[in-house]
Amino acid sequence: MNIEKVREILSTHGRLTTPVDSLQDDSDLYQAGLTSLATVGLMLALEDEFDVEFPDSALSRKTFGSIESIAETVEELLE
Amino acid sequence: MLNPSAVNDTEFEQLIKDVHQIGQTVVAEHATDVDKNARFPREGIDALKTLKLMSAYVPKEHGGMGLSLRQVAKVCEILGNYCGSTAMVYAMHKIQVACIVHHCMEEDFFKTYVSKLIEDQRLIASATTEIGIGGDLLSSFCAVEAENGEFSLTKKAPVISYAEDADDLMLTARRNPDAAKSDQVGVLVSKEQYEVEPISDWDTLGFRGTCSSGFVVTAHASESQISPVPFTEVLSQTMHPYSHVVWGALWSGIAASAVAKARLFTKNAMRRNPNMPPISSIRLAEVETQLHTMRNNVYAAIDDYTALLERGDTDAFSNFGFTIRINNLKINSSKLLIDIVGQAMMICGIASYRNNNDLSLARHIRDAYGASLMVNNDRIMMHNSSLVVMHKE
Repeated sequence: MNIEKVREILSTHGRLTTPVDSLQDDSDLYQAGLTSLATVGLMLALEDEFDVEFPDSALSRKTFGSIESIAETVEELLE
Repeated sequence: MLNPSAVNDTEFEQLIKDVHQIGQTVVAEHATDVDKNARFPREGIDALKTLKLMSAYVPKEHGGMGLSLRQVAKVCEILGNYCGSTAMVYAMHKIQVACIVHHCMEEDFFKTYVSKLIEDQRLIASATTEIGIGGDLLSSFCAVEAENGEFSLTKKAPVISYAEDADDLMLTARRNPDAAKSDQVGVLVSKEQYEVEPISDWDTLGFRGTCSSGFVVTAHASESQISPVPFTEVLSQTMHPYSHVVWGALWSGIAASAVAKARLFTKNAMRRNPNMPPISSIRLAEVETQLHTMRNNVYAAIDDYTALLERGDTDAFSNFGFTIRINNLKINSSKLLIDIVGQAMMICGIASYRNNNDLSLARHIRDAYGASLMVNNDRIMMHNSSLVVMHKE
């Protein structure tokens, strides 16, 4: 369920050059055009949507590298 | 990946003395000519080879001297005292050595290469930027085209420092012609395997001896010379932190040399008038605090980076907090360098403004402005401006 929501948020806030629908869960989002500026918007939207706060340990290039990795991080924060 | 020092304090002290000796007798001797003619600092680099310093960061178990990053940074700082260009060439070479040592030692080609590096004291240049990309190291247009175990590669690089004087060249490129712009690898080619055709010259304000002209590079070599590790990992785990540390260190050497001239001037002023401390002594005290900050920033970054290397958690290198701190080191060091040299000029007065004078700081101030422009501080600040919003302490 989180994966779908992450995809939705990503299509609104990710400003990707590749459509989110054509991406696999493990596709590299940086290769799909994710910039550091877009990552800010993405993170803020994720925090609002899931009512979580990303801790320092989760704030890395790797966390935002794929849909799967974002969903896993959110999952951990919700636990 | 951690490279603990295999050189004890006594041995290192001796090495430092030797580097100072070379600095005074060779590097400083040719610094003016290197700068004036914008030519490669051949004498200085050759002298460093006699101390086996080109392979100094190679761990002892692979046959090198086994210096730690802190010790390499110290060598860079000392060289910065004598000639900014020589120090910069040495630092840039060391960054490439670190990338190989940290990431490629499982591969036969690179293991053999490191033996050659130690034996022949080879000099490695690098071509990471590309015309049309806009300075983003994490994107390439050019691609490795492999066939029958060999590959060809053509890259248009706006800047390759000391390309014509290096023995080897590291280039970044897309993994294959179908790969995404960000799907990059690094390749290491030897001078008989590549040709460089100049497309721009290097007649600049400072760092003139780095000879950082633009070139079209065409390379043809074995597929075994392609680094097995994705370049994004090499950049975040080694190239980015290591380069800002060694640059910060050599810039603090340039700053220290300017402060030393300011001290000499102030001592002479006090000799002439022992009863009244000159205003320059207050300025000297101020500029010392800045130099202190500059050096401490480098040491803090070394500790920060070393702690991550010790942890062995490769994901931690892409942590936004670490990226911001390393970027801050570069921004602060380059700004402090301009401030410190400027302050030293205020102390030394018109003597420092002359080109032909023992107290001249003309080369220092010209070199100083390069530090904030090479990997432009504004570009770094733009990147940080996104990261700082997300960052949590």
